[in-house]
Amino acid sequence: MTTPSAADPVVEARGIDLTFQTADGPVHALKGVDLTINRRDFVSFIGPSGCGKTTLLRTIAALETPTGGSLTVNGMTPDEARKARAYGYVFQAPGLYPWRTIAQNISLPLEIMGYSKADRAERVARVLELVDLSGFGGKYPWQLSGGMQQRASIARALSFDADILLMDEPFGALDEIVRDRLNEALLDLWARTGKTIVFVTHSIPEAVYLSTKIVVMSPRPGRITRVIDSPLPRTRPLEIRDSSDFIAVAQDVREGLREGHSYD
Amino acid sequence: MNRILPVLTVLLAIIAVWYVAAYFLNLNWANQQIAREGIEPTFSALFQNTMAQERPVLPAPHQVAVGLWEGIAGQKITSKRSLVWHGWVTLSATLAGFAIGSLTGILLAAGIVHNRAMDQSVMPWAIASQTVPILAIAPMVIVVMASVGVTGLLPKAIISAWLSFFPVLVGTVKGLRTPDAMQLDLMRSWNASANQVFWRLRLPSAMPYLFASLKVAIAASLVGAIVGELPAGATAGLGARLLSGSYYGQTVQIWSALFAAAALAGILVLIVGWIERLTLKRMGLAR
Repeated sequence: MTTPSAADPVVEARGIDLTFQTADGPVHALKGVDLTINRRDFVSFIGPSGCGKTTLLRTIAALETPTGGSLTVNGMTPDEARKARAYGYVFQAPGLYPWRTIAQNISLPLEIMGYSKADRAERVARVLELVDLSGFGGKYPWQLSGGMQQRASIARALSFDADILLMDEPFGALDEIVRDRLNEALLDLWARTGKTIVFVTHSIPEAVYLSTKIVVMSPRPGRITRVIDSPLPRTRPLEIRDSSDFIAVAQDVREGLREGHSYD
Repeated sequence: MNRILPVLTVLLAIIAVWYVAAYFLNLNWANQQIAREGIEPTFSALFQNTMAQERPVLPAPHQVAVGLWEGIAGQKITSKRSLVWHGWVTLSATLAGFAIGSLTGILLAAGIVHNRAMDQSVMPWAIASQTVPILAIAPMVIVVMASVGVTGLLPKAIISAWLSFFPVLVGTVKGLRTPDAMQLDLMRSWNASANQVFWRLRLPSAMPYLFASLKVAIAASLVGAIVGELPAGATAGLGARLLSGSYYGQTVQIWSALFAAAALAGILVLIVGWIERLTLKRMGLAR
């Protein structure tokens, strides 16, 4: 509705299937998934566990290979995009190395990618500022709270200017108050960096608050039941969650989830 | 003080049991000797005899202590009777063996983690190598290497490495495999090479495991070096002291060498433990 369909597509999925062969027979993790993600979109995958939302994210990141259908990222295969370092991946756990300081942790992908020392220092300082952690570069991970550690891991994903930020329930392990603050900070970050963000969550308010496009999924086999383009403006104060638009979108999502359930 | 008291209690108990055992084990010989000399076999005469025999079945603790003291401080350290000199001979073989063994263990572990063929093939052979009694291997290593003109430190170091590579191999494989799927996925998303994953993720993660196995390995190295000295003609080293002691029934000498070896092992393990604490603390991994 609000996202112009003429916009520049970053991820294009057509009829993706992914079947895992297990000891108990084949598991259809994804079936017939069609999806277009445009540049600067904030797309959330929402659904009950086992609906394939994480698998879909991993497929985009070339951490899984689809068994059918076609998937392109920036016009390349996902694996080519991975090699072109198009992805910044954020997991539910921060995954910071305990033997490295925050700055050294953020510097890690830059070292791997061969950035010069001066370039690394400059980039680390910039992303630390972006996630509001300036002054914490010299601390070790255990000296930071869970929310700060997760912000550091987001900074790490941002440090090498990946096109696409892939986030797998990044705030799932945090309490509601911290989560609200980080959601707000994430929107701010998104506005400032102009990244394309793909976000996995199982929280309806989180999905509605953050996303320009909400992809509702359902399990057995994992598939998309509804794609909702959000009418909310790109700039969103926390209070927007009391607006009638917000409540209407949340209603849509809830219905989509219920639809999925009527299949089993 | 809380830690010293239990240790001291156990030590005193051991010494007490030892004295009692020494009395009864040496009693037979004491009886014969006293009968030969025609002395009244009172308890005090018998007790004094059991505590001061030249070749007791089990020397009393103070005899071993004197033997140790004489061996360490009573000789010039260049003397062939000096435990310091013999200890040094054994120590140098131990350290060389430890270096060879640890390096071999780490290299094999890296190979196992990175190469499927090695993963499937190396471990059974490594386990087999440890099930062959080292006492059977040692003379062959010495003989074979002597026949190609290699004698002295290296053969002993090889036997020592034979024992010490295994704990390092097992510990390091376990350690290199500790990074979880998420850590490896992150590395993959950055398109990191196997080399980069090894040096930046796997090796640092393996450090606690590596050090635990190094502590086992250094003690095993010492055992290997001593075993390596037994078939080498018993000329130098703590192993030689053990062997020549048993040739001539010098039990005090055997026990002194034994305690010197135990003390050496203890010190070596302590040193590795100290390096471990320092390293892990610097890495922020110590808890």
